[in-house]
Amino acid sequence: MISNHLPVLQVVLPLLAAPLCVLLKRSSLLWAFTLLVSILSAVIAWSLLQQTDAGIISYAIGGWAAPWGIEYRVDKLNAYVLLIVTGIGSLVMLGGRKSIEQEIDSKNLSLFYTAYLLCFAGLLGITITGDAFNVFVFLEISSLSSYALISLGRDRRALTAAYQYLVMGTIGATFILIGIGMMYMITGTLNMHDLAQRLPEAGSSRTMLTAFAFMFVGVSLKLALFPLHLWLPNAYAYAPSIVSAFLAGTATKVAVYVLLRFIFTIFGIEYAFTELPLSAILMLLAIAAILLATMSAIYESNMKRLFAYSSVAQLGYMVLGISFLSVTGLTSSLLHLFNHALMKAALFMALACVMYQQGGVMMDNLKGLGRRMPWTFAAIVIGGLSLVGVPLTVGFISKWYLLLAAIEAGQFVLVAVVLAGSLLALIYVWKLVEQGYFHSGNESITRQEAPLSMLIPTWLLVLANIYFGIDTSLTISVAQTTAEQLLGVTQ
Amino acid sequence: MSSFFDLYNYWIFIFLMMTGFYIVIAQGNLVKKIIGLNIFQTSVFLLYISMGKVSGGTAPILIEADVSYSNPLPHVLILTAIVVGVATTAVAMALIVRIQKAYGTIEEQEIHEQDASL
Amino acid sequence: MSAVDLMLLSIAIPFVGAVLILSFGSVRIAGGHVREWLSVITSIALLLTVLPLLEKFMQGASIDYRMVEPIPGIWLHLSIEPLGMMFACIASLLWVVNTIYSIGYMRSNNEKNQTRFYVCFAIAIGSTLGLAFSANLLTLFIFYELLSISTYPLVAHKGNELAKKGARTYLAILMGSSIGFLLLAIIWTWSLAGTLDFRAGGILSEHIGEPVIGILLFLFIYGIGKAALMPLHKWLPAAMVAPTPVSALLHAVAVVKAGVFTVLKVIIYIFGPATLADSLAADWIMYLAGFSIVLASTIALFQDNLKRRLAYSTISQLSYVTIAAILVAPFSIMAAALHIAVHAFGKITLFFAAGSIYTATHKTEISQLKGIGRQMPWTMGAFAIGALSMIGIPPAAGFLSKWYLLMGTFQTQEWFVFGVIIISTLLNAAYFLPILYTAFIEKADDPIAQGTMQEAPLPIVIALTITAGLTLLLFFLPDIPLQLINGLPGVKS
Repeated sequence: MISNHLPVLQVVLPLLAAPLCVLLKRSSLLWAFTLLVSILSAVIAWSLLQQTDAGIISYAIGGWAAPWGIEYRVDKLNAYVLLIVTGIGSLVMLGGRKSIEQEIDSKNLSLFYTAYLLCFAGLLGITITGDAFNVFVFLEISSLSSYALISLGRDRRALTAAYQYLVMGTIGATFILIGIGMMYMITGTLNMHDLAQRLPEAGSSRTMLTAFAFMFVGVSLKLALFPLHLWLPNAYAYAPSIVSAFLAGTATKVAVYVLLRFIFTIFGIEYAFTELPLSAILMLLAIAAILLATMSAIYESNMKRLFAYSSVAQLGYMVLGISFLSVTGLTSSLLHLFNHALMKAALFMALACVMYQQGGVMMDNLKGLGRRMPWTFAAIVIGGLSLVGVPLTVGFISKWYLLLAAIEAGQFVLVAVVLAGSLLALIYVWKLVEQGYFHSGNESITRQEAPLSMLIPTWLLVLANIYFGIDTSLTISVAQTTAEQLLGVTQ
Repeated sequence: MSSFFDLYNYWIFIFLMMTGFYIVIAQGNLVKKIIGLNIFQTSVFLLYISMGKVSGGTAPILIEADVSYSNPLPHVLILTAIVVGVATTAVAMALIVRIQKAYGTIEEQEIHEQDASL
Repeated sequence: MSAVDLMLLSIAIPFVGAVLILSFGSVRIAGGHVREWLSVITSIALLLTVLPLLEKFMQGASIDYRMVEPIPGIWLHLSIEPLGMMFACIASLLWVVNTIYSIGYMRSNNEKNQTRFYVCFAIAIGSTLGLAFSANLLTLFIFYELLSISTYPLVAHKGNELAKKGARTYLAILMGSSIGFLLLAIIWTWSLAGTLDFRAGGILSEHIGEPVIGILLFLFIYGIGKAALMPLHKWLPAAMVAPTPVSALLHAVAVVKAGVFTVLKVIIYIFGPATLADSLAADWIMYLAGFSIVLASTIALFQDNLKRRLAYSTISQLSYVTIAAILVAPFSIMAAALHIAVHAFGKITLFFAAGSIYTATHKTEISQLKGIGRQMPWTMGAFAIGALSMIGIPPAAGFLSKWYLLMGTFQTQEWFVFGVIIISTLLNAAYFLPILYTAFIEKADDPIAQGTMQEAPLPIVIALTITAGLTLLLFFLPDIPLQLINGLPGVKS
């Protein structure tokens, strides 16, 4: 019975839970409640993924049949993204309590959790919905709550970062709104499935091109695709540590999902890649993102900013994978979607531990950290190695597929770019390693390891980084079938 | 020429949109930026309402007579968008208030100078 | 216990040892720290696992194990073939000796962070074993990278600016080449051949034509930075900032041999001798390796720092293996494989001696060594044997591999290689014999030190005597390695 309503529960559960948080006052209760909701969402996402084996799930909200009513439409792709978002959300929340208590004013705690759950619900809504306008609404729900979450950071620069993000995010969302409007003008429908059928029938027109351009730029803003990434480093750097971990693991991933959905499902490969030079555009932007953002990361001394720039670069890898328009390329993007979420969540959780104990995440705070916080620092190192793409980590698997796609496409310049990106990443990771382990100086370092409640989730994420680098049966099979679905290749 | 004026509402949309966008970029005052953002968003409302118009259509109220209606769906959509816009403005204003408390100014230039001197 | 269990155990033992050392290493007990005992026990346990494994392998057991499939179609796959078996034996045998030596060295020099040292050492050996038993390129690559990463802390051990700078060069070249070239070559091979297994006769032969063979060969040879083919040799002298046991076992045996071992495996099992026999690119690699041999020897001639001279000597000796492998004649492949063993025993002896001198007298430069032969007769005696082996004079084992290599040049009529070997032998003599002259014939500047015995601590002397003995023993009893090598494809033809 309930299993028929899972698609809507996925969104409604956190959405209804959010205002309930205001009623709770005790920090431990709030945390336990939010954690419970996150875990239940993850369970729902998992069972949805299982259900999609049997085919696409279509759920009509309120019983109003599509295309008039709002349809939730779950195929492999969104079930997979849902699982990423809820899984990362649960793990981050599991380890978040102490860090949140330390960084957020106790009088704001219930509002913090409310905003967190709203953001969570928004991200899930974007992913699950099959209605274009609904995407915009959920996008704004998640964005507005994330502005609030970011502004709760202790540093006052969090405020300006949130403001900057608000302005850029609103412009992006409005662009998406314009794009949706134009699509509606052409077809008279908002249902994605319906759009996908009617848009090609309408043929290409100037309106269609405009719609596509607005959509693409709007989504790119949300995705922090180079050069529209300027909001991201500050937002991640000054947000409360747990928020950085949550957003880094989920928000941009959902934006990549939206990009995939619009390009592949709605506009169709035919239009985007044959009539428009999208492949070349994506490729150029990806190259710029990989090289320039990685360079910026090398010169960064605030570690949260460093990893934020690295996120911009990693998003470049995903976009690069899309630009090949091959099963292997798309598989690499989808794999990296999952793998990068694991890496960044692990890294930002470890940084939350550092923040908790050291009160800062500047390079100076790292000195001798290998001795002071051996477990935390080991987590940072493994996460970093995963970013570089060292074997036995998830990063290696993504790199493997991306390079394979580039070689299959005969694009040896791109092979060189990807490899150069990895080597540059090695530089910034190694800067951290040297600071942490080989900083000669104060010998009387005492151990100040982070509390276990934070360490265990961090290490769960780190171990997931290794586990999914060795046993890839789940990730690769899902990524590959999804890629085949998107490209319309039948096995 | 007639087609130019026939579509005047779309020209207004574009004009408002560009005006709002320009204000967001050019203004250094945080509140003024938000006003620009509002104009930018409002222009889109106009776009949606324009496309819902059916020439000769009346308000979509069900009556016995055989009349054509304007498309109500864009109106409904834009109601949602208006709410979103209001919420965005509210969040932005709240942020500005806190920025003013933290920095003592809401001029972008001065805020950057304060942060740079840290 | 079955042979497969033994193989898995042999890889697991060092890693388990590392975990134990990390957990309990800092505890003090009577006669030192727990880490020292644990290291000795782990290394002996490893040897006692590898030896029965060798026996089973020689009896013809086929040993093969698939773990998981990280990428559809490519397994983490272990299996034993002759070359890997030989490499594993060398590494595990010398680890025991080296552990004894390390204890003496690390204690006498009051090194810090010793627990980290022993942990990383064990991980490095475990990676070497895994590399030796890898059945395909992906598995090999994983252990190859693990070896680079686990040895980095050993190079940066001292933690001062010099050590950090050296370690940076070390990591940049090794990881840079492996990610930049080797990984690319591996993925390219996969996309061409659809497999990465090591197979007799090669997997690429049917799939590629001329320009691609050349490009791939270059990507492989230069991707394997551990083989230190010039100009990617800089990491080896840079790594000399590490404590001497590291230079001895890792940068004369495990790491560099992992490099040339990989080169050999790629040439024999990936390209296949037939593919390379008439490839122009192979000729280029041959010239580059020859150039590397002569140039590195020439540079060694001008190094006054003993460890640096040894490092350049290693670079030139590694290219012997590369050049022998690229000739792909039966005798030359035999020479390449044998040289891996021979050079290991000789070079570790030389490094042990260098560390012994440093521990006893804190001298690092060759010009300071006047008359040291009389102060440290055991050390310098062992050094002499190692040096003879490097030059290739009987009764040291170095003679054997040079002999086969020369036979290989006759087989292939490559007179360039013949010339290179002759020149380099002369150069070897020119940079080793003066050290012996300085040590044994010249009189010490300080008359008080004259004639007094001043040997290094006992564990060090024991270790270097054993390796010097092994160098001689290998000359008289080369049966086991030769028997193994005869099982290599391409040797018996």
